[in-house]
Formats: sequence, structure tokens, C-alpha cells
Amino acid sequence: MAHEHKLEIFRGLLKFKSNTSKIWGVLVFLSVVTAIEVALGIAKPAVLTGNSFLGMKLLNWIFIILTLVKAYYIAWDFMHLRDEKTSLRRAIVWTPIFLVAYLVFILLFEADYVYNVYKDGFVKWNF
Amino acid sequence: MDSTVTSASEENVWGGGNKPLGASYGKLMMWFFLVSDALTFSGFLAAYGFSRFKFIETWPIADEVFTHVPFFHGNFPMYYVAFMTFILIMSSVTMVLAVDAGHNNKKNAVIWYMFLTIIGGAIFVGSQAWEWATFIKGDYGAVETKGGRILQFVNADTGERVALSEFAKTLPSERTGHQRKNGVWFYDEGFLPSYTVNEVMAGLKVNSDVVIRTEQINEEGEKTVLDHAASLEKLKDGVLVVEGANLVRNEYGSRLFADFFFFITGFHGFHVFSGVVINIIIFFNVILGTYERRGHYEMVEKVGLYWHFVDLVWVFVFTFFYLV
Repeated sequence: MAHEHKLEIFRGLLKFKSNTSKIWGVLVFLSVVTAIEVALGIAKPAVLTGNSFLGMKLLNWIFIILTLVKAYYIAWDFMHLRDEKTSLRRAIVWTPIFLVAYLVFILLFEADYVYNVYKDGFVKWNF
Repeated sequence: MDSTVTSASEENVWGGGNKPLGASYGKLMMWFFLVSDALTFSGFLAAYGFSRFKFIETWPIADEVFTHVPFFHGNFPMYYVAFMTFILIMSSVTMVLAVDAGHNNKKNAVIWYMFLTIIGGAIFVGSQAWEWATFIKGDYGAVETKGGRILQFVNADTGERVALSEFAKTLPSERTGHQRKNGVWFYDEGFLPSYTVNEVMAGLKVNSDVVIRTEQINEEGEKTVLDHAASLEKLKDGVLVVEGANLVRNEYGSRLFADFFFFITGFHGFHVFSGVVINIIIFFNVILGTYERRGHYEMVEKVGLYWHFVDLVWVFVFTFFYLV
């Protein structure tokens, strides 16, 4: 299993000397991202909770984007997707992304509809 | 086997032996399993999102629920979960290092890194068990209304939560838990709350600084707090005292919240547990020299994929259950 590893992250901005040092580098990056998430979750800056984009608070958008960033580095560097063939990587990554995006889209729309039925319809549930 | 192996020069595409994805059979199957498992978890999280959007104005706020740290008293939202996240990422790192050492055929390094990975996984599972125990036990107690809504109690001046035991009166009552030995039929009553609704009512009447906090989230993203007169009026709807959580009702708010908590973190915890078991098996195989004799450590890489996947799922659970 003589793999050659691709050693640069951040689109070549940062290139490591060995695979081991790349692993530690990614760990530092993931820890920093987690620390930012927790700090934001505790501080809850009013700028981010007060404003929203597409019906969701900016803070929650930041959380979701940072989560996807973390997921990318876990999959690409820890699970070695960076070193796999492009065809394998695409098969593994895009299949769930497509299905999950579709599922989330229909479920959240439906939930919002149910919410409106409870709110504006003649359903008494808060008693 | 000879007949199925094609040499590179041969043009026969369908003769077998081709590796269009450049990965071994076992590794591919692990990846396909992980994709399907990812879809299962996505199904759970999407269902969580569905229920949450359905009750978007009354859903519990996670950092008011998970505020405990072992051995410390006080209000520490998120700290312990962040610690658990860090532990899991850390054990993921030692797993990658084990895989890397395996590629270089360094047996002793693989053993040590596998060992550290197993320890990390065990700490995580233990932390989750503790988290469950705290969640099930509850701390403040609440009253459930006829409609299944949860009423919590806070101090009118500080806004801090007040436990039932701090203000509820003890009224003389003959109600005791039904035990198996007293019944004609052989079943007993599970659990009788420490107080009755009448006792909470009597306590609320004399403590004018205790008010009710409803599930409703206001414009500032906080739960609505009633004044004392409205609290007394609201408590008339109460039918049950709820302490802690189970699958039917919980003191934190929407019933579905506890259901999803048990289901999603439980399913994830089960994955971590089975990951630890598989890691232990591989750990002993490494010690026995199985992969040394085989000539490669690909098995370590395969369980590594599973282990990282567990970490990956936790990243999402952490965001959607605790942060958002």
C-alpha cells in the first residue's frame, strides 16, 4: 500500500513536509474551528442573532458553514479522500449530498407548512 | 485465479481484474457502507429538523439544557460537549497516525496509536453515558399542562431557573407510590414525582418572586416569562409534575426533543461503541502480527475509515443538536 500523499491544504496555500505534520496541521485547524463555534455559541453576538438570511439567523448559517468546512477536512485528510481517484471521490461525496439536500429541502418545507397550520389554522394545541 | 487476472497490455475490459477506482474490494465496500450509514444519520437529522421547524417557536434551547460539567456545579453551557468533540477529533488524529504508521510498516507505532484511539473512544462513550444520566435525571423539574406543554419556573428578578424543591409546599397527602406487593395484579408504578401539582400551586401562591416561563420563544430568541398573576392563572392548566426525561415526557420542553436526543445520540453512541470494539479486535491482531505477516496494514485503514466516519457524524450532531 505505498500511497503517495498529497501534502498541501487550503488549495496549495499551505504545504506540509510529511504526512504526519499534515495530520497535526489539520488537527490544529479543526480545533480552532471548534473553538470558534463554541465561543460564538456562548457569546451569541447580537449582530448575528438579530439578522437573518433566507429565514435563518446568521449565527446558524455560520455554524452550518463551519461544520461543512470541518467535515471537508475530516473526509479529505483523515479519510484520505484527497489521495483517492477523482471518480471514487465523486461517487462517495456527491451521492449523499444530492440525496440529503433533496430530503432536507422537502422535509423543512413541509414542516414550515405544518407550523403555519398550527399557527393560523383552527388547531388548538397550546393549552 | 490466474484466468481472471488481466495484464495491463490486454484490451479486454470485461475480463476482470480491472481496478477503475484504484481501491481494493474491502475498502470500496467500507466506503459504500459508510455512504449508506451517512444517509441513515441524515434521515435522523432531517427528521429532527422537520420536528423542530414544526415547533420552531416552542423548541427547547439546547444551551439551557446541557449546562453540566462533571465534578463542577454551576451553569456551563456547551463546555462539556465541546470537550467531547475535542476528544473525538483527537482520537481521530491518533487513528490517522496509526494508519500512517501502518503504511510505513512500523508495528509498534501502530500498536501505540491504536491504543490511544481506543482510550479516546472509551472516554467519549463514558462521557455520553454521563450526559444521558444527567439528562434523564433532570435538575429543576417542571409542570406539564393538559395540552402537553411544559411550564418551567424562574426567579422573577434574576431570571434564573428555580427548582421545584425550592418553593413547592409539602401538603399532607395520602398518595404513595403503588408497589408491586400491594397490588392484586403484579405491576408497580414506575416513579412518583417528588411533588404534586397542588403542592407546586400552593408554593407558587406564597412565593411572589417565582414566576412561570413558558415554551414560547419571543423576538429576542428567549423563552417568554409570565408575571406572577399570569403564572398563577397558567398553572391551573397543569396536570402533571415532570422531573427529568424519558421517551414520553421531559422537563425541558417539547416531548420530541428528548426522543430525538435519545435516538440520535444513542445511535451515534452505539456506533462509537462498536467502533471501539472493532478497534480492540484490530489492536490485538496488530499485536499478534497478523498484518505484519500479511505484508500490509490495510485493515487498520479500513477500521480507520469507520472511526473517522463516527467523528464526522458527531461534527454534524454537535452542530444541529447543540449549537444551532
